[in-house]
Amino acid sequence: MLALHNVLRAFGGVRAVDDASFTVERGEVHGLIGPNGAGKTTLLNLISGFIAPTSGTISFEGRSVGGLAPQRLAALGISRTYQNIRLFAGLTALDNVVVGQHLRRRSPFIPRLFFSPAARKEEEAARARALEGLSRVGLHGRALTTAANLSYGEQRRVEIARALGAAPKLLLLDEPTAGMNPPEAHEVGRLVREVAREGRSVLLVEHNVRLVMELCDRITVLNFGKVIARGTPSEVARDPAVIAAYLGDDSGGAEGGGAA
Amino acid sequence: MNLYLAYQGLIAFVGINALLALSVYATLSCGQLSLANAGFMAIGAYTGALLTLHAPGIPFAAVLLASALLPALIALPLGLPVLRLRGVFLAIATIGFGEVVRLGFVNWDYTNGALGLVAIPQRTKPWILWLTVLAVLFVLGRLRGSRTGYALEAIREDEMAARTMGIETTAYKLAMFSFGAAIAGIAGALEAHFTFIVSPSGYSFGRVVDMLVQAIVGGTAYFVGPVIGAAFLTLLPEALREAGSRVGLSPGPFRLFLNGVILLAVILYLPDGIASLPRRLRRRVRG
Amino acid sequence: MGQQVLNGIFVGSIYALFAVGYTLVFGVLDILNLAHQAVFMLSAFFALVLVEHGLSIWLALPLGIVFGGLLGIGLERIAFRPLRGRAGSNLSGLISSIAMATVFEAIAAQIFGPDISRFPQGTFPDRMISLGSASASLLQVCIVGLSVLLMAVLTFLLAKTRLGRSIRAVAENPRAARVLGIDVDKVIALSFFLSSALAGAAGVLFGLAFNSISPDVGRSVELKGLAVIILGGMGSVPGAVLAGFAIGLVEVFTVAYAGSTYRDAVSFAVLFVVLVARPRGLFGQVAVREA
Repeated sequence: MLALHNVLRAFGGVRAVDDASFTVERGEVHGLIGPNGAGKTTLLNLISGFIAPTSGTISFEGRSVGGLAPQRLAALGISRTYQNIRLFAGLTALDNVVVGQHLRRRSPFIPRLFFSPAARKEEEAARARALEGLSRVGLHGRALTTAANLSYGEQRRVEIARALGAAPKLLLLDEPTAGMNPPEAHEVGRLVREVAREGRSVLLVEHNVRLVMELCDRITVLNFGKVIARGTPSEVARDPAVIAAYLGDDSGGAEGGGAA
Repeated sequence: MNLYLAYQGLIAFVGINALLALSVYATLSCGQLSLANAGFMAIGAYTGALLTLHAPGIPFAAVLLASALLPALIALPLGLPVLRLRGVFLAIATIGFGEVVRLGFVNWDYTNGALGLVAIPQRTKPWILWLTVLAVLFVLGRLRGSRTGYALEAIREDEMAARTMGIETTAYKLAMFSFGAAIAGIAGALEAHFTFIVSPSGYSFGRVVDMLVQAIVGGTAYFVGPVIGAAFLTLLPEALREAGSRVGLSPGPFRLFLNGVILLAVILYLPDGIASLPRRLRRRVRG
Repeated sequence: MGQQVLNGIFVGSIYALFAVGYTLVFGVLDILNLAHQAVFMLSAFFALVLVEHGLSIWLALPLGIVFGGLLGIGLERIAFRPLRGRAGSNLSGLISSIAMATVFEAIAAQIFGPDISRFPQGTFPDRMISLGSASASLLQVCIVGLSVLLMAVLTFLLAKTRLGRSIRAVAENPRAARVLGIDVDKVIALSFFLSSALAGAAGVLFGLAFNSISPDVGRSVELKGLAVIILGGMGSVPGAVLAGFAIGLVEVFTVAYAGSTYRDAVSFAVLFVVLVARPRGLFGQVAVREA
């Protein structure tokens, strides 16, 4: 479904992403791991249209999408969350998820001026779907809380619900469990599995290596912008290049070290 | 009788200023600070005045429609390059546009240049003015909860994130820019047909600053905010004028001073404007 | 032709002096300080009052500059510092500066009335100097000289002194600067002092040059100033200097060859063209388009 071929993204002389190639299949949970600064977020930015590749191709469902604007990519079925959480802070959790449904709503404005009942029903349906989406991440009770007042973990979950609001074919998650306690992280993992079972693909960037090993069908490992390993979790875990890359890095150790 | 007439004028200005503040709110509601509306107001005012003076048979409603439509149309090719600019640069570009329009009218002989047009019949009646205000409020009100309304709020909060949800941000910003231009244009025509004159000096940078100040002081979180701000800042200086002159303060500077102090107080202590007071007080009482 | 060039340099030097302070504050705080023109105006009035009370212009000018600088410190304290750290503080800062400008203008209007005030006759020696086929008044030459001197001092300060380095560090990245031990609050206050002192200088010199001071004198210069800093690139002092002279020259030549109706419009034309074609301006580093 998603395929990257020799994607290069350079900033001046720095190659943030260097000759990256990998694929993500339909319904697959694909992990993207690597030490800090490896280029994982840059890759997500490339796939979601924030930046364009310097060279190489990104294709989605067979068509070339490298360099397209974010709105076009969203319309094609790509949604994402952010490492730094980009919720609409002044809106409630519910409203955030309603915005996420933008692409699914058919709601011309003129009928609203005439108080058309169809328009009202459409709005109610959108809000109901949004509420369902929030329930799915366990935040039904926090629907009317302003996003800025939610806890860190709650905000991340709302972001996921918002991204799911557009019924995406490909969901990009940028460190969704950062700052979460183990039970919360586990819930996110469960949700990811569920989303994949619905036929959506998930590209998961994570530092929680154990979670990635448990969840993902396949993993791509980055270091210094280059793909250093690809394969199933067990293949990747045994790969000497991967082990070497992580031995020098602290952040992966804390979570990955507690592997059962 | 004189007292009533004096107040009628004041109330009319509240209405006109309310429209102008709402025109600035239109773009602020999706996070864009556009200071072009003095220019659009001028275009609308001159359009309306010229139509009335040279084609007096045309009904006022049509005149008003034209004075809303022309600025709205001009806003489209202007907005396309300009709305791509970040925050302060957009503000500067729109300030530039406003000045170019004003200078254009100052130097246009057909409209008497700096002297402007006079003896415009007073076609604006209070009911027409307030109907317009209500119509604009109605449209803005219907936006809330609609797909468009949600999109605008998203753009205001985080435009990039909004794009990744499929929101065509440029189209929405352009639409609100054009809508704001239309409101400013019709306000210009309404004012021209109330004060009998149009002159370029009424559409200076200072004018659009007034509009912005009224919108901010009233509050830009809710669409009624700008109306409250316009009422407050139009009426308060008048109410205090008596007191001011007794202390020896000239009315012009005094009004200006009040505007500045109120604006400063609002931006420092009540950033969401007067309209947010009820909510704040309620929280304080519960607190 | 030579005369036009001289006139352009003369007008341009004042624009440049005004714009340099304008762009400095933007570079440091990312805020457009629309009260800059009010400081410009009040300093001119201050110098005027001093001269009317018998002080020599050679004293009134530096005092006016200091006065401007102090106004700037007050501005920063009252209108900008409380907003720091607030989300969306760029817009709030802009509005805050509008508020202060309004207050300043109101005070000036109350004290001096709306009409034009002038420096008394004989404030400045009335002499002409000829340079080749062109001539300039002693006043004009001094103004250009002073402007260039002040801008050179600022440039030196920014490039070679520790304060200058601190200012540039804060402009680049305030948080990193704080981590490096720089007293960010003090640096910002000093930046405002410098910026507003220059505005004050520009104001007094403008008042002398055109012999016309009124509460709204700052408004039109402010708008020209916008064109200058956009052309020069927001935050770039050398850019503001170059652009100031450039626009001064363009204006003078436009009047000479196309008539005075287009004089003001030309700066706005430049403004638009730059914003549409090359928003960064000549030397700007700041991101201008949406990310």
